[in-house]
Order: sequence, then C-alpha cells, then structure tokens
Amino acid sequence: MARDFGIGASSKRREDVRFLTGKGRYTDDFNRPGQTHVAFLRSQVAHGRILSINTAAAEAMPGVLQVFTAADFADAGGLPCGWQVTDRFGNVMQEPKHPVLADGKVRHVGEPIVAVVAETLDQARDAAEAIEVEIEELPAVMDMRAALAEDAPKVHDDLTSNLCFDWGFVEENKAKVGEAFARAHHVTTLDLINNRLVPNPMEPRVALAEYDAAGDSYTLYTTSQNPHVIRLLMGAFVLNIPEHRLRVVAPDVGGGFGAKIYHYAEEAFCTRAAQMVGRPVKWTSTRAEAFMSDAHGRDHVTRIELALDENGKFLALRTDTLANMGAYLSTFAPAVPTWLHGTLMAGNYTTPLIYVNVKAIFTNTVPVDAYRGAGRPEATYQLERVIDKAAREMGIDPIELRRRNFIQPEQFPYQTPVAVVYDTGNYQATMDRVVEMTDYHNFEARRAESAARGKLRGFGIAHYIEACGIAPSNLVGQLGARAGLYESATVRVNATGSITVFTGSHSHGQGHETTFAQVVADMIGIPESQIEIAHGDTANTPMGMGTYGSRSIAVGGSAMVKATNKIIAKAKKIAAHLLEASEGDIELKDGKFSVAGTDRSVDWSGVTLAAYVPHNYPLEDLEPGLEETAFYDPSNFTYPSGAYACEVEVDPDTGKVEILSFAAADDFGNVINPMIVEGQVHGGLAQGIGQALLEVAVYDDEGQLLTGSYMDYAMPRADDLPMYQVDHSCQTPCTHNPLGVKGCGEAGAIGSPPAVVNAVIDALQRGGHDHVTHLDMPLTPSRVWAAMQR
Amino acid sequence: MELAASRLIAADRAAVWAALNDPAVLQAAIPGCSELTGTPEEGFEAVVTQKIGPVKATFRGAVTLSEVVEGESYRIAGEGKGGAAGFAKGGARVRLSDAEGGTQLDYEVEASVGGKLAQLGSRLIDGVARRLADQFFDNLQAQLAPDVAAAEAEAVEVAEAVDEAEAGKETKGWFARLRS
Repeated sequence: MARDFGIGASSKRREDVRFLTGKGRYTDDFNRPGQTHVAFLRSQVAHGRILSINTAAAEAMPGVLQVFTAADFADAGGLPCGWQVTDRFGNVMQEPKHPVLADGKVRHVGEPIVAVVAETLDQARDAAEAIEVEIEELPAVMDMRAALAEDAPKVHDDLTSNLCFDWGFVEENKAKVGEAFARAHHVTTLDLINNRLVPNPMEPRVALAEYDAAGDSYTLYTTSQNPHVIRLLMGAFVLNIPEHRLRVVAPDVGGGFGAKIYHYAEEAFCTRAAQMVGRPVKWTSTRAEAFMSDAHGRDHVTRIELALDENGKFLALRTDTLANMGAYLSTFAPAVPTWLHGTLMAGNYTTPLIYVNVKAIFTNTVPVDAYRGAGRPEATYQLERVIDKAAREMGIDPIELRRRNFIQPEQFPYQTPVAVVYDTGNYQATMDRVVEMTDYHNFEARRAESAARGKLRGFGIAHYIEACGIAPSNLVGQLGARAGLYESATVRVNATGSITVFTGSHSHGQGHETTFAQVVADMIGIPESQIEIAHGDTANTPMGMGTYGSRSIAVGGSAMVKATNKIIAKAKKIAAHLLEASEGDIELKDGKFSVAGTDRSVDWSGVTLAAYVPHNYPLEDLEPGLEETAFYDPSNFTYPSGAYACEVEVDPDTGKVEILSFAAADDFGNVINPMIVEGQVHGGLAQGIGQALLEVAVYDDEGQLLTGSYMDYAMPRADDLPMYQVDHSCQTPCTHNPLGVKGCGEAGAIGSPPAVVNAVIDALQRGGHDHVTHLDMPLTPSRVWAAMQR
Repeated sequence: MELAASRLIAADRAAVWAALNDPAVLQAAIPGCSELTGTPEEGFEAVVTQKIGPVKATFRGAVTLSEVVEGESYRIAGEGKGGAAGFAKGGARVRLSDAEGGTQLDYEVEASVGGKLAQLGSRLIDGVARRLADQFFDNLQAQLAPDVAAAEAEAVEVAEAVDEAEAGKETKGWFARLRS
C-alpha cells in the first residue's frame, strides 16, 4: 500500500510552494548595494588571431568603470579541466589553456574577448559596442575527421594537433575482439551520429560577485549544480583565493542538466572584477549568450559493429567514435566519451569481448561536456540501434534478440568485460513489464488500423543500463579524475527537536528538499515538516561534490543516512541516561525512545532538549549538543536499468513522426518518493524525445552557430509529447548503499532516443521502405520524408 | 549564400559603367546606404543600415573594386561590421554587355554573415540578398533612366495588385495577358 509519510510516500514537493508562487530566490533575484554590471564582447568569428583591441572609446563612455582584456588576467590560471584521460599509448591527453578572456586567438563564436563593467547594463552594452577588435580570420576547424588531417589548421597552435587523445578500452582486448569478428556468423555494422545539443535550462546562467576589502574575502552567487566544486576550481586554480576567503552560493537554480556543473569564465571574471572595481559585479546571460557559451552536449560520430553467432548470441562488440571537445576542455569533458561511455558498452548483455576506441577532437565550437546522461546516452543509443539492426538482418524479433543476450538475474554480481561490476538487476522483468504495459501482442491490429488511415505505424524497443551514484573516489582517481566523488551531510538537531540537514548535494529541480526530509523523518519517526534541507552555500554546508550523474540520493542521501545514524546513536545514549537504562535496551520507534520490554519512554524532543540543556546529562561521558557530519564514499556505482517502448505513426506524405505512446519500465532499486521519480522520468523522456525528433545544434562551415535561438533550435513542447506510461515496480535494490537506491535523474534521456528511432525505422520498414535501415537524429519531417523517396 | 542573375538596364554601357563607379550613384542605389565615400581606385567606405529578420543594424565597412576591365567588368567586395548584430561580407562579379534596349548586367553574388545575424537570420539571408539585389538594380535603373524605371515600378505594383486579386482564379487579368 502507498505510504503517506517517509520513505515510499509521494509527499508533495515542498519547494514548489515557493516556485509556483513566484517566491523562488534565483541568482538573478540577488542584488547587492553598489552593484555594477558587465557586458562581454564575444567573438563573432570561429577562429582568428587577435591583432589589436582598442578600448579607448569605450572607456570614455558614460557610466563605464573599467574595461578588461586578457592582459588583466595575465596572472590568473586557465579554467581547469577536472579529468585527465590517458590515451591508449600511455600518454596523457593534450590539455590547452582555457583563458578567462580570449588571449591571442579566438577559438569559437561566443568566446568572451573584452568585458566592460559599468553602472548600468545598458551602459556596459553600449560601451562594448564601441570596442574595436581587429581579428585576422583563420580557417575554422569544424569537421572532426578533417581536423585530424596532417595539414589541418590547428585550434591550438601550441598543441601538436587537434587530437586531444586517442583512447582504447579495453586495449588488451583489441586483438581478441578482432579474432571474434573474424569467426562470427554475422556482423552488423552501423554508422551513426549522436547529435549535438544545447542544454537550455530554463534559467540562464548568472554570476554576481562581491569583494569585502575589510576581510579580504569574496562571495560569488552563481547558478551552479556544485558550489564547492566552483570554489575549489576557481579559488585554487584560476584566481588563487584560499577557500576560507571565498564563499560560493548557488541558491535556487532553475535547471542544470549538466550545463551548470562546470566552472565558467564569467564566474571567474565577476569574482576578480569585483575586487578590481571595488564594487559588486553582476552578469546575467541572455538566451543568445547561453546558446554560444553554455557547454553543449553529445556530438559523437560513431561506427559500431556487432558480431553474432548463428543463434543471435553476441560474440563481440567494437566501436570507433569521434568525440567533439569543442575549442577548450570544459570541466569534465574528457570523462564523458571515455569512462562514462566505454564502461557502459556491455549494456544489459553478456557480450564477452568489447573494444571501444574514442578520438577526442578540438574544433572551433563551444566546448562540449556532460549533458543529462553524459556518455551513457551515447553508449545506449549506438548499442540499442545496432542490436535492432542486427535483429532485422537476422530475422529475429528485436525483443527476443535482447532477451537471448540479457545478463540473467542469477548472474549478479556481474563482471562486464569493460571494467564495471553490476551489483543487481533483472532485465527480463523490466522487459516483461514494458511488453505488458504496451500491449505489444496486439500491435499488429493497431498497425493495420493505422495503415487503413494511410499512416505507417512502428514499434520501437530499447533497454538501457546506466552507471549512477558517481563514484568511488579511489577508482575514479585511477581513471584520471582530479577530484574525489564522495558526498557529505551535516545533520543539526535543534533544541526542540526540529532538524536542519546541510547537504553537499544541490537541488536544481530534483526535489531534494522533499525527498531528503522524507528519509530523515522516516529514520527518526518525526513529521517531515520538522526537517529542513539546506544546500547550496559553501558557508554552511560541508565540502560536497554537488549534483549530477543521478548521484544525489545514492551518494548524498547515503551521507545523510550515515550522519542521521550517528545522531540516533548519540540520542540513544542520552535516552539511556534519562531513562536510567542500558543503551543496548533503548529502541527508537515513531519518534519515541523506549526501554525494551517496559513502558518507560522519552520522546524525541525530550532527548534533544536534554542535549542542549544538559542539566541531567552524562557530561563526563558525552558532549552536549546533537549535530553530526558524515562523508560517504560509495564502493561502487549504482546500475539503474529499464525497458522503454515507443509507438509512432509516420505520415508518408510529410514524413512527420507522431509519438502515439511511450512506456518506461525502470528499475531504480528502492524509491523514496514515487511522484518525484515519475516527474524525473517525465523530464528525461522529454529531453530524450527532443533529441530524437527535434533538437540539433548546427554550425556552418565557417563556424557560425546557425541554431542560435528558439527560431532555429527546436525544443520539445507539450504537444510534441505523448502521455507517458511510467512504471518503477521492478525493483532490485542496490546492494552497497544504505537506502538500496540507484538514482533516476537521467534514465529518461538515456533510454528514449533509441526507442524512438527504432520505432520510426520499424514504421518505415513495415511500410515497405526496406532500404531505410538507419536515420540520424533528429528525425525531422524533411529527413524522414527524404529517406522515403529513394 | 550564392546568387546569380541578369538585368537589362535601359541605358548604354558607358553610362552604366560610369554609374557603377560613381560613389554618389552607388550611395543612392545601395538600399539603406547613408554614406559612401572614396574612389574606385582607393576603395570606398560605406555606412549601410539594414534589417534582416529580427536584427536591425548599421554596418560600417570598406568596399573595394578589383579585376577591373574598363567598361566591361569588375569584382566588388566588402565587409560590413554591425557591432553586436554581427557582420556581413561578400562580393559580386559584375559584367556588362551590349543588349537590345540597353545594357545587360550579369552578376554573381556570394555573401556570408556572422555573429547574431547568423544565429538569428541565417535562414533569411537568401531572401534578403535577393530583395536587396533587386532594390539595388531598381534604384540604379531609376538613376540612369528615370522614366523607364517609374513606368516599370508602376507596372510591378499593378501586377502585384492584380496577382493578389487573381489568386485562385483560372482567368488571367489584363496585365498577365499583356505579358504572355
């Protein structure tokens, strides 16, 4: 039965009260006394040498306080990259400096060159227009394959080439994989593109920095998913500000999807400028700036090959991917096409031999980094597409082919050939569930009905695996991470029993303030309303790594459980003293401590009051107060999985794809708040379907971003999306975290693109267009229609 | 963006050539041009205000003539910077030849845009370029042979009005019959 309280209850999102009534406090809502505004003059060309910058006219304009160029940041570090990949020859990746303001060269449209700080935003913008920058245009490096040519122009003159790294995984398997292909009964090959996306959180990025000369300290308010990470990266690597003099606040943040993980130039600029100008400096991104300065997502070009035996068993898998890094390495960019991608290429299957090659390439485009799913959507898409193609080529039902190759429930824990160990899962169960949800066995009748109306109906299936709960610090350290990936929580119990939890996780739409409170309320047995979740301010939260990679409940929630267990342990000691009983006999139930087998008890607030008013208290054995901090470092990733099914209708006259139904059967392990989980899946599906049908960032050959606004970049709207069927009743709890949770934030965006594309290809094939074996996303009407005309 | 077309100008070749080298005539002919100074030999400096889709901007830039064959052909190239709106650059090869009723002018244009213009207006560039080229030659015609130009302009207006009125009808109006 559904619970109305604690873990498993669909408690209403408490944060929505302020969001829906316009009372949210977003970074742009913050204004500081004496605040100034910055306008950035950004490059309009993709690649060029800066010959001269003339700021004289701008400096003389009304309201202008200071005009900044790279020279003002000569002593600052570059924006650091948080992950160092080692290539297949044992060499570390090529890592160019990423200056705060363009230094010597511009390398992508949108790169900031000059910044004007003025009294008002209009004055800053007007002055930025008066700056003359003379740039000698250079040929733009746009095509990844061409970028690797010997004589290709170089994005970075000081690097040996445009190749960031050439990564092989598992390199030792390469020869064995080749032998398996040579022996295979059947080989299916697929060339595909994972389309470049612009993240588009609803709230654009904002940075507001303030310098306190009296204390020589800085405060940065910023739209970040991880304020501590920004404090560390910017303080230690860019501006040389020690942590105790730098406070980073990420208040309410309106969506991130990865794009707000990274440390951006504008944050470092405002922080440094606030000190140099001596007044607070604020920047609010316009939507146009967001398109050309927020890190983009995806942009992989892949050839994938699958070797099968005569029964359709997968023998080996080989992929060859070009991954676009853009002009500079964004904070976690190198991890995305490597460790977040190659390690997932086993999918849900027992493929014994896998070899993944990834060449990461610099181009004159906006940096590319993690976007909802980060590497895992790229892995899932190619794998689930090639399996579908193989099924068609071998005449095996695509669901049946997947089932034949699934890792079976009794095989867990399962060591894949690509390093990771899946702890639990039951892929047959999720597949069974989705088949049931979609009434798959009556598809043919529905197809005939569509055909009678002149429409082509198709059914697409995909099954995904992902690795969440990033990540065991010692493991990622070996893989090149320059950070630990634990999480932290401080549980502060107040005198009257209410609780404030300070978490290192960060909520920017996920509903942590509700779910985290549910967990603590459940553990202690007090109302959820007694618990407040605080996050997003380095001044009061313990060092935390923030929110991304569906890690918050699995890692942050586990830290909170650890801290709460410490609280309960201490509270039991206090209760034992108050009840004159032995600690071992104290039981906590429904917010009451009692002595086992007696009617003697003290309630929660009685214990908390004693902790802070220790008149009757074992002071010689126990400190007063009730506040505990815990850090949790996971021992493994978590592995959510699920079966997704999509049914589409294609209009043969126009090529328009309509999604008739979409079903998601996910295994997230234990679920804290089913309503919030459902909402997370909905959002992920919208983004995945957006990628499949609508979204793509397009550059022309000269590096101009052609999709620079919503006129040309198609975001999904409500009427592009069906009513979803979402189910998470298949639950194989995670075996290594205290809540048994796996994470749900990215699943929808990972599993849905291949389900949609498989459905469209199925519709075309069943409709007699046998020659259409693949189409690259987005499946716009023009692409689908053109494919049907051949 | 690439565009090639021909126009018949009702003036003799020498007059058309002179017009194409006269800053005053060029200024009057270039749509939105508020300033054009310089000489064919040294190059021109131009200020042009244009609206492309949602972006309106004043472009400042240099225009140069090259590959000049006196009285016959040249290549005109320029780049205009429109501040925050972005930039436009391009060139045209222009060739004159004698024709019945005046001078035939053949041109091939290539143009590209950058910055905000590319982000917001790239889809519109082809249409805008075509419209601007048409306007330029209409204006040039007006300068060289005012009477002919006025008559043509009137005819075009009437034709448009008729086309609207005739939309969907099978029968042709008087002007359409006249043309066929």
